[in-house]
This record gives sequence, structure tokens and C-alpha cells, in this order.
Amino acid sequence: MSATGLLELTACQAVREIAAGSLSASELFAAYRTRAEADRAAGEGGLNCFTWVAEGAPRDGAPREDSPAPVAGVPLAVKDLFCTEGVPSQSGSRILEGYLPPYTATVVARLQAAGAPLLGKTNQDEFAMGSSTENSAFGPVLNPWDRERVPGGSSGGSAAAVAAGLAPWALGTDTGGSIRQPAALCGIVGLKPTYGAASRYGMIAFASSLDQAGPLTRDVSDAALMLRHMVGRDPCDATSLAFPEEIARPGAERLDGVRLGVPEELTGEGIEAGVLEAFEAALARAGDLGADVQPVRLPHARHALSAYYVLAPAEASSNLARFDGVRYGSRASDADDLLDMYTRTRHDGFGAEVKRRIMLGTYALSSGYYDAYYGRAQRVRTKIAEDFSAAFGQVDLIVTPTSPSVAFKLGEKTGDPLAMYLNDYCTVPMSLAGIPAISIPCGLSRALPVGLQIAGPAFSENRLLDAAYALEQAIGFDAGAARV
Amino acid sequence: MASLARLALREEEIEPMARELSAVLDHIAKIDELDLADVPPSTHVIEVTGGLRPDVPRPSLTREAALAQAPAVSGEGFLVPSPQA
Repeated sequence: MSATGLLELTACQAVREIAAGSLSASELFAAYRTRAEADRAAGEGGLNCFTWVAEGAPRDGAPREDSPAPVAGVPLAVKDLFCTEGVPSQSGSRILEGYLPPYTATVVARLQAAGAPLLGKTNQDEFAMGSSTENSAFGPVLNPWDRERVPGGSSGGSAAAVAAGLAPWALGTDTGGSIRQPAALCGIVGLKPTYGAASRYGMIAFASSLDQAGPLTRDVSDAALMLRHMVGRDPCDATSLAFPEEIARPGAERLDGVRLGVPEELTGEGIEAGVLEAFEAALARAGDLGADVQPVRLPHARHALSAYYVLAPAEASSNLARFDGVRYGSRASDADDLLDMYTRTRHDGFGAEVKRRIMLGTYALSSGYYDAYYGRAQRVRTKIAEDFSAAFGQVDLIVTPTSPSVAFKLGEKTGDPLAMYLNDYCTVPMSLAGIPAISIPCGLSRALPVGLQIAGPAFSENRLLDAAYALEQAIGFDAGAARV
Repeated sequence: MASLARLALREEEIEPMARELSAVLDHIAKIDELDLADVPPSTHVIEVTGGLRPDVPRPSLTREAALAQAPAVSGEGFLVPSPQA
């Protein structure tokens, strides 16, 4: 197969070609490694997707020409915050520069055991805090559709790498939209599973009650394939659950009888006109496929962002207390005493957004303010989950635009944290409710991709993937313009 | 607040941080308009039963591996500056 031909293959296609003997796994790995390494070596002259690229096929889980493993030989790009034994895992932060974990995250280990060799680690917002990947200590990632624009975040390196054809597929994490929003802005597929469906063991934590790992892929079938080899109970994560059924290969052609709910709270004010236009065109396609599209109410959804920006920083302020210069990471030199060492290490090691969120979270949890902020936010979270339960009594799935805008310019929102936070407006409600949601490309606005978000009840991933697949086939989105 | 969070801020960092946090807190204050008196706070969103594993010893990291990434070690432990210089 020609070098360009093999880069055109989706992960599902590559698995089939390798199994049939018509594609060499080591050639596939070498082709992607060359591209990923060229991007890494170019630094900010490239897309800056990678913080580390494998030198060669790994010794363990190496591409085996005749392996029966289910995803044998499909190289995997992994967001920097997943711990990978002996491989830099820095979560986009100066404070973890050069950190080599002594163990590998469960979902990475599962995908490796299923035959996927580690291709590289991808750039991200520091500790996954951001919606543009401009908060990385290792420089911003550029959007392959337009290099003056951001790829979204925080899994921006993973999304841009898949969109640009520097990796066949990638792992990301989503706390308030960090898989779905960059997938939307880069014109690819991104899935946030039900909270607990995939183990969080070995993910450098941001907000533990919200963080979930998920796939960023070229199409819906690849997302299903990766998810199948991620889910399941892990004794190392007490919040992980046995997934009630196998993740199937999606194949629905029609949406007859599927009730799609359109919440007015997430499809009106604040959404860019071009995004709404593409969204409405996708709804019309859904109707053509037989779906019953109807309005639905999520009365508390407009308060989701407020609750999220209390809860996530509160959890982050606690999780990030571990970075104190004692057991791992960098340490400020010449400290006067222990307390001075802590504060100087954290001042030097954390970027501005991380400090902002730690401050916010510390404030929300502090004595005298706890009930007013954290307590109230947890009550809002209950109301949001109830809204979704009520809505799913009326409809099967909920559809919204993934992001209020298409990819914005680098630097456009860095001076206004609140404007940046509003990127998560449509994705945060699902995160607070712990339910699965997928973003698929549904068209272009100003020559930039628009994402369609589909959300379902807990553990409805198979139905979600089926609906996404049917719409994907009907929409026929062409992502070719992003390839480099 | 910065000292509670073990963050040292330089003089010139304090004003922008205060301004940005105030803007975010103003937005968060919108939830004050909701009546939440009888609403229980969420403790978890997905019910997990039997999340705990059996309480039996199992192999853990070796001391060598646990100390390998530390900025400073002393013999068998992590080395830190004195709490009181």
C-alpha cells in the first residue's frame, strides 16, 4: 500500500487490512511516527500537537504482523495527562516537566493490551484547564483548518493530531467538554463516556467527580472500537463500573422512531448564527432519517456553568495540593524553609489559569463560604441531573451544538477568563449529570467545522453511537482540508 | 487566599487576579436566584455499589521506584527543607 494510502485508513479499516495481511503494522507505525516526529521537531513552527513521540515501535505491545489482538498495530496518541510508565507525562505543566511515572494508566494499558502501540503524548491545556490549548507550558497547539486559530481544549493536541492525520486516533479526557469541544473545533468525532464507564486510574486528576477518558477519532465507528477496549470495572478506581453490555459496532442507517430532544436553553442565545445554521441543517437531516425531533426543557442548564466553575476548581484545588515539590516534579531552589519551598515551587511551576482555579476553589471551600458556594453548587448539580432524567422520560436523546462558536483566533480570549469559560456552555450540563455525550462534525461555518452534540442517559453509549453513525453517514462531512 | 492555597503571588499579579476572580464570582452568583432550600446536594451522579476491593495486602511500588522521581532524597526517604529555618 502507498504511504498516502495507508494514512487515509480509519482505525477500523487499518485493523481489517492488517488482519488480512494487506497492510504491514510496522509500516503503518513508521509512517505515523515520521509525521508525528516531524511535527514535534518543528515545535511551534508545526501544529505543536506532541510533547513526546516514540522513537520506534515499543518492545511490549509492538506491532505484531500476525497478532490476533483486536486493535493490533493501530498507533495510539495519548493525552499528556495519562501516566505512561517511563514516558514523560507532564499534564502540560512546567511543574511536571520530565516526570516519568512508575506505572501506566488503566485505559492506556487496556488499549496497549488490545494491540495499540503508543505513538506519542499529546499537548494539552495545563492540568486540562482550558478550552483552547493555549494554557500549555509547552506552547499552544494550532488548528489544522486554520493555523491562526485554536484547536479547542483541553485535549487540543489529540484533536489536532487526529484531524491533521498525524495519528489515526487519540485518547483524551473530558471534565466539562475537553474532548467534545476540541473534536468540534477540529472537525472530528469525540466521545465522553458515562462517568465511571472508564477507569480514571493513572489520569493526573483535575476534578475527580467529572473527569472521564474517551476517544478522539476520525469517525463514529473508530470511536466505538476504541471505547470497546476502554470500558470496564478497574479495582484501582473505586468509581469505575462494569459496563452493562459490550460496545457494539454502530450500523444504524435510519433513525425511525428515535425521539431527539432540542433544549431551548442550549440552542438559543449565545450561539453563533453560523453554528445554529449548521445545527438546524443537521436536525433536518435527522428528520429525513425518520427521527422525531421535538423541543425539550432543561430549566437549570443555564446555571450549569456557574455550578461547574465552583465544583471543578474546588476539586482541583484539593487535587493539585499534591504538587508541593516533595515526591515528584520540580522544586524551587534556595527555599528558606518548608513553607517557603511549597509556595515558591507552586508559584514557579503553575501557569496563570491553574493558579486562578486553585484560588477560586480554595475560596469556594474556605470556612464561611463553603455553604454559599460549594454547597449551593452541589444542589444545582442535583437539579441539572433531575432535568435530564425528566427530559429522558420524554425523548431518547438530546441534541445541541457542541460549542457556541467555531474555532476562534489564538489570543482572542486569553485576556478574559469568563469569555473562555463560556465555550463550555453546551457541554458542562452533561458533565455535571455524568451522562455520555458525543460530538460529530455536522458542517462548516466560515470554512470552519461545526460540531453536533448528542447526549443520552447513563450507559446509553450504544444507542448514542448508532444515532451518531446514522447522522454521520447522512451528513457526509469532508475533513480532507485539515490534513497536512 | 493565596497563602491558604500555598501560592506566592508577586505584587503585580495580585490586582489582575483579584479582578478576574471577581468577574467569575459575579457570574457564579447567578445561582443565588434559585430556590434550593429543599434540594439535596449531589454526592455522586452514578450509583456505585461494591466499589471497595477486599482489604488484603498486595504488592505496591518499591521504595526505589517511589523515590526515583523525587527532587531530593535522603537514604530511605524524601528530603525536604526544615519546617523552621
